[in-house]
Parts: sequence; C-alpha cells; structure tokens
Amino acid sequence: MHEMSIAQSLIRIIEQEMVRNRVDRLVRVKISYGRISAIVPEALQTAFQALTHNTHLEGAVLETSEIPLRAKCRSCFREFSGGDDLFVMTCSHCGAEFGHEIISGKEMFVEELEVE
Amino acid sequence: MQIKVLRNILEANQRISDQLRAMFKENKILVINLMSSPGAGKTTLLEKTLVQLKEEFNMAVIEGDIQTSNDAMRIAATGAQVLQINTQGGCHLDASMIQEAVSQMELDSSDILFVENVGNLVCPAEFSVGEDHKVTILSVVEGDDKPEKYPLIFAESSVMLLNKTDLLPYVDFDVDKASGFARSLNKDITIFPVSARTDDGLDDWHEWLRREVDRKKQD
Ligand SMILES: Nc1nc2c(ncn2[C@@H]2O[C@H](COP(=O)(O)OP(=O)(O)O)[C@@H](O)[C@H]2O)c(=O)[nH]1
Ligand SMILES: [Mg+2]
Ligand SMILES: [Zn+2]
Repeated sequence: MHEMSIAQSLIRIIEQEMVRNRVDRLVRVKISYGRISAIVPEALQTAFQALTHNTHLEGAVLETSEIPLRAKCRSCFREFSGGDDLFVMTCSHCGAEFGHEIISGKEMFVEELEVE
Repeated sequence: MQIKVLRNILEANQRISDQLRAMFKENKILVINLMSSPGAGKTTLLEKTLVQLKEEFNMAVIEGDIQTSNDAMRIAATGAQVLQINTQGGCHLDASMIQEAVSQMELDSSDILFVENVGNLVCPAEFSVGEDHKVTILSVVEGDDKPEKYPLIFAESSVMLLNKTDLLPYVDFDVDKASGFARSLNKDITIFPVSARTDDGLDDWHEWLRREVDRKKQD
C-alpha cells in the first residue's frame, strides 16, 4: 500500500527532472532501494504502472536494483554484509551480534532516467 | 539521453519533516512517534501515560490509528488534547498529514506531542513526521520470533517497549531474544518491559520521558 505513495513521490521527481531537461518521453527510470527499506519491488512496479497508465509516462520501464545490507561492527570496527537473517547480524570478522551500525541498505534513490 | 538524478525518493516527506522538526524545536515540544503492530497496546499505553503524567506535563496526541474508531475518544477521556487523522486506509502517517493536523491544534503550551501511528511495523518506519524519537511497542503475545519482515523499525527506534508483560507466564516469549533483534542493528536502543494493564515498568518509561522533556527544554 505504501508503494502507492512511494510511486507518487518517484513520479514527482521524474516530472521535475524531465521539465528541467526539457524532454517529454521517458524510456526508463532506474531506482535503487536498500535491502531493509520498505520497498517490495513487485508492489512498486504495480503502483508505478497504475499511476502512469494513460499519462505521457505510460510504457516507461521501471528498473529496480537492491542495495545490500552492510554494517559496521561496533566491536572490531570492520565492515560486513548481512546474510539471510536480517534480525541477528553476526559480524563475520569477530562474531559480535549486537550494536552494529548500518552503512547501507536503508536508502531509496532515483538513480537515472533514460529519456528521448 | 541519460539524466543522472541521485535524489532520495522520499525527499518531499523529508523536507516537510525537517520543517516540522524545526518548528517543534522552536516551541520546545518533545515529539514521540509511537509505532507497533495492530493491538500491541499503543492507545492503552498512551491512556496510562497521559493520566499518570497529567500533573507534570501538558500533553497532546495525534491519533492516526484506524483499527478502532474509538481510540480518539479513549484519549480524549484522559483530558488530553487529541486530533484524529483520517488516513483513508493508508498504512502510515506522513509528514504532510502531521503538518495539517498541527495547524488545527493548540500546541503553544504543550510539552509532549504523541503521534499514534497506523498499526504496522513496516511502512511507518520509512516516513519521518518531525519526531524526536520513534518508539516501537512489541507485545509479548506477538511472539519473540522475527517480529516482521523488516528490521528497519528497530534500527530507527530510540525505545522499544515490550508490552503485555503480565501475559508472559502464558506465552512463549523470550525477552532476551526479542531484545537481541532490536539491538543487533541498534546499540543505543533503550528497552523497557512494561504492562500497560498492571502498570508494571511504566515508571521507567515515564522517567525516560521526563529526561527527554528536560533535554528538549534546554536544547
Ligand atoms: N493483558 C494486557 N493487555 C493489554 C495490555 N496493553 C493493552 N492491552 C490490550 O490489548 C488490546 C489492544 O490495545 P490497544 O491499546 O487498543 O492497541 P493499539 O492498537 O496498539 O492501540 C486491548 O484489548 C488492550 O486492553 C497489557 O499490558 N496487558
Ligand atoms: Mg490504537
Ligand atoms: Zn566485529
């Protein structure tokens, strides 16, 4: 459901960038989203298709790529990647389980537009 | 032609949230964004806190939980100022809703503004509403297993309240295990086991609020 409001925000940014660059056909938009952000790509696709239907953005491809979860261990200060279990993140260097700091994996970015 | 963009998709919400934060800072109002799954006890906890701290603080509530329609009435019965937001079926509150709500409230003499978010552990974590702190309630009847799909909410919260501890004898819930989920990506999270039914543990939560109000006043 929140994908609707995320798609709306995305479209607002696309429109602004297209006006600024004086183009009116969008071929593709690339976004990236963090592993623990609330984006479910399939749901975002559906929302994007629904909101662009019958507009000048209709037919544009939404390309999504996931940014992995990376954390910095607060015990040994080294970086490590999240595994399958996002709730218990064990440092791959020293085995510490608690208090890690997220370095990436929360973001939601519009990367680039391909326009004509 | 390619256009490099690199803009945060939620920048518009963030901008309004920043404006709200500046306004709350100016007015020295502590703002708490209260989140949980449906039924974890947000409204019950608020009722207790509003009554027990009534003599000390002027408190107001923005009620955004749509699960039950009488939440705002329960809050109003404590004597606190309350404004119900109609989220029209939305799964979270966003900063513009709070901006609109605040414009209809009288917060000049308020010390604390509580925002009761929509019952959901996923989406509200993404949308700041100008709060000083996100506070997440997890109730022991939800189980100590992975609370929800995404751990973001625990990474973003200053406090986790483990509610309904009066039911601990009847459920399979390991407080240490649940605390571990929260601490994995959040060293600084403060965890208070409480029962909004028996008042157990509420003093510690209230003490935390007092300290935060003080800090806000001196800010
Ligand atoms: N046993 C017990 N029940 C509680 C406690 N806190 C809340 N409840 C009950 O849980 C139900 C949902 O509470 P409510 O405050 O409406 O949850 P909300 O949806 O998060 O606002 C109600 O029936 C409450 O009486 C508690 O500490 N212990
Ligand atoms: Mg409620
Ligand atoms: Zn380590």
